[in-house]
Amino acid sequence: MSATLAKGDFQSDQETRWCPGCGDYAVLAAVQQFMPELGIPPERIVFITGIGCAGRFAYYMDTYGMHGIHGRAPALATGLATARDDLSIWVVTGDGDALSIGGNHLIHALRRNVPVRILLFNNQIYGLTKGQASPTSELGKITKSTPFGVSDHPFNPIALALGAEASFVARTIDRDRHHLTEVLRAAARHEGAALVEIYQNCPVFNDGAFGALTDKGARDANQIRLRAGEPIRFGAENERGVIRGDGGCLEIVEVAEPDDAGAARSGEAGRRAAGRTVSEDALLVHDPARADPGLAFSLAKLAETPTGPTPIGIFRDVARPVYRQTGATEPASEAQLIELLGAGATWEVG
Amino acid sequence: MRKAVEERERVIIRFAGDSGDGMQLTGSRFTDATAVVGNDLATLPNFPAEIRAPAGTLAGVSAFQIQFASRDILTPGDHPDVLVAMNPAALKANRAELHPGATIIVNEDAFTKRNLEKAGYAADPLSDGSLERFRVHRIPMSTMTSAAVEEIDGVSTRDAGRAKNLFALGVISWLYGRPTDVSKRWIERRFARDPAVAQANLAAFNAGWSFGETTELLDVQYRVKPATDVPPGRYRNVNGTTALSLGLIAASVRSGLPLVLASYPITPASELLHELSKHAAIGVSTIQAEDEIAAAGMALGASFGGKLGVTATSGPGMDLKAETIGLAVMLELPLIVVDVQRAGPSTGMPTKTEQSDLLMALHGRHGESPLPVIAPTTAGDCFDAAFEAARVAIRYRTPVILLSDTFLASSSEPWLIPDVADLPAIDPAFAVAPGTDSHSSAAETSDPFQPYSRDEKLARPWAVPGTPGLAHRIGGLEKAHGTGNISYDGANHQRMTELRAAKVAAVGDEVPPLTVDIEPDPARPTDLLVLGWGSTEGAIRAGVRLAREAGHKVACAQLRNLNPLPANTGDVLRSFERVLVPELNCGQLASILRARYLVDIESFTKVQGQPLFAVEVAEQIEARQSRRTDAADVPASLDGERRPPA
Repeated sequence: MSATLAKGDFQSDQETRWCPGCGDYAVLAAVQQFMPELGIPPERIVFITGIGCAGRFAYYMDTYGMHGIHGRAPALATGLATARDDLSIWVVTGDGDALSIGGNHLIHALRRNVPVRILLFNNQIYGLTKGQASPTSELGKITKSTPFGVSDHPFNPIALALGAEASFVARTIDRDRHHLTEVLRAAARHEGAALVEIYQNCPVFNDGAFGALTDKGARDANQIRLRAGEPIRFGAENERGVIRGDGGCLEIVEVAEPDDAGAARSGEAGRRAAGRTVSEDALLVHDPARADPGLAFSLAKLAETPTGPTPIGIFRDVARPVYRQTGATEPASEAQLIELLGAGATWEVG
Repeated sequence: MRKAVEERERVIIRFAGDSGDGMQLTGSRFTDATAVVGNDLATLPNFPAEIRAPAGTLAGVSAFQIQFASRDILTPGDHPDVLVAMNPAALKANRAELHPGATIIVNEDAFTKRNLEKAGYAADPLSDGSLERFRVHRIPMSTMTSAAVEEIDGVSTRDAGRAKNLFALGVISWLYGRPTDVSKRWIERRFARDPAVAQANLAAFNAGWSFGETTELLDVQYRVKPATDVPPGRYRNVNGTTALSLGLIAASVRSGLPLVLASYPITPASELLHELSKHAAIGVSTIQAEDEIAAAGMALGASFGGKLGVTATSGPGMDLKAETIGLAVMLELPLIVVDVQRAGPSTGMPTKTEQSDLLMALHGRHGESPLPVIAPTTAGDCFDAAFEAARVAIRYRTPVILLSDTFLASSSEPWLIPDVADLPAIDPAFAVAPGTDSHSSAAETSDPFQPYSRDEKLARPWAVPGTPGLAHRIGGLEKAHGTGNISYDGANHQRMTELRAAKVAAVGDEVPPLTVDIEPDPARPTDLLVLGWGSTEGAIRAGVRLAREAGHKVACAQLRNLNPLPANTGDVLRSFERVLVPELNCGQLASILRARYLVDIESFTKVQGQPLFAVEVAEQIEARQSRRTDAADVPASLDGERRPPA
């Protein structure tokens, strides 16, 4: 059956009703396009969503689906995953849903390593309730609920997930179909909980929030694409890179080409160079499978806001025991029930 | 020394001591020995909320009460005939509940100056004459226990000190002629890994028994004959927690659905999590969730996956689950919510009983969100109520609230072990793929699949993920009738609201009629009905029995299905001139009955963290029967003050 599946097999008959230009359309199309690759029949795939614009996602997938309540999708999914290990379970949530009202469920699903894929649509705003600040809105942002600017510090979802001991953490962008699909593929392959943050543009209430990473002219300068086993380099000319600097903090530096004589020295000497130019072999090599999450955390913190150079891709992908049901999959037999009812001290009357 | 033996029809004993004195253990050992004798019995533990309250203080007193009798009994009893007090605090905390003439057995060694101070006694009650209305036996239990165990190798002073509860058990076991082998076998099993401690406890128990036999302090041994008026069969002793757990497991077996319990630790509902988590080998999955909300969500998620989803909580946990219960109403999926009620509001008194969540269970969600509510009436009935809750949830695709309480959860009684073959099969009737053999009425005929079509009971199909051809989406948004698609259509919303209500109302067709225990002598027409609900059944029946013995004419009935109510409820209410509703809240059932049936209910309420007592019921009956002219003269609450009108 899987050989014959196509994108259309995952499109429900419901009319999609997001605002024109919403990033959600792009993610929906990418997910529907990607689903046949899983080789899993639609009836064994379940999408569970919370409340918010992203919550409607479930209605548009021709799979089993549940549009739950605000913030609780990870809890509903945990119950389903506990009950059924034969399903591919996906959670779709937003920054308000996952990080504000549902923060507790998110971190516990991640720490338990429940086998669900959590797609977190981050648009840094409350869309469905028409434009209030969200827990990822940047400081100082003017919104309907913060006319004098946001005064509370935003969450960095990647850093939060890493702190919650997530075994798979990635970030991608709604408009980059190729990169998004690559990340979905890796998330689907991962055993255990996978958290995928998707920068998603809200054209109505927060248009251009991720312009630095999506606009022509800016994106090449700012997207730091993390690739396993490769030095972390970026820039329009690939001229910049990331090193571990003094005190263990990550720093963005200029990378000199090997023939750029005198500009850089290699190795330790290069790192100690007075200027900010190093050779490529001084750069940090990305390794998402590293057991210690420290470096992934530093990468997440490299960009406090996605307004400049920002890492995207897979921050962490490690194997850890997966949360499974504690009980047998079949109920007791009648004989077992009879034994259980009559257990302990019993006596006969009459 | 040969001692006199006196017969007693029933006896109430309360074992009380410091939390560390092992009174719960003493009480449950005595209970097992009593069950073997064949007495009818009922027990009730009462322990402090603090895990380790300062030793010797009133806050640290832990107690266990048992009533046993040669006839069927209905409650753990109101006022103890015998109080075993292991220290001054235990005496002080329980003395007020003793009637004159009651027996007090104290551990004399514990009545030190320091312990008396900790309990707040200015003078030693054993010598100041304040106990002269009671029969007091002073036994140096600590000293005698130490003497009994001092020869045993490998026993520390601490072990010796801790064995004094078994000395007490030995004394009381002798006093009431309990068999010793049951307790001895238990001690051997319990301490099998530490033979020295086992030996010490056996020695303490034997010393207590021998003391009873030889001391001149106790000149009479009592005998309570086996009860003969209980139905024949095989029995075991269960508390409400165990019975409820077994009921859920039985429903899992008879429905073929593995059980998934998701719960968050909360007193007293945690006991259900502990109990059910033992049964992983027989299809019971338990999840300790991150919070009450998640627990409800996980249970509902499991139900969506075709399992028997259960969540259990108490007190404030119910507040937090309301949102998810509302979702379950909308999704029309089976979900069992166990509410072990405790004294509120807020944190209230977590270890004390109350029946104050009735209105919340019935109405505590936003929007029109009716659901069935079942309240077990005895510890043993928790089995049947849990089974019924599961059956109704599965058959009607609805959340069901099971209203237990702290009293039911912890009190125990002999339970006639049910015959598994007598338990009805529960058919989950999953919707099956089109074209395959189907017994689901709705799914087979419709193309495409209509997740919100309805069968003759108005239940919708339960199509679980993995079923080919039935992939569908459900959610909290209002559904279009039939298709289940999102609908904001006003007429559809009205229709769906009415359908959901009608479905729950239809459960009433299966609710047995309210049966009235009417005055046995038909020549004496009765005009007073005492109507209770849930866990007060024992106290009400016992209270009515007392009133009848005193010559009063009175009927009683107990509601177990609170929604829907039995179809004949209104007729029953209207067939009596007066209806008295005792309940452990401020009149919640009374207000429902008044609103529903326009009957002038007389309410008797109590919120003291204690169960209802038979004597209180009898007093209320008596007050009404001797002063029948003006209902307003009857005190509406225990302290005699009339409450402001609701």
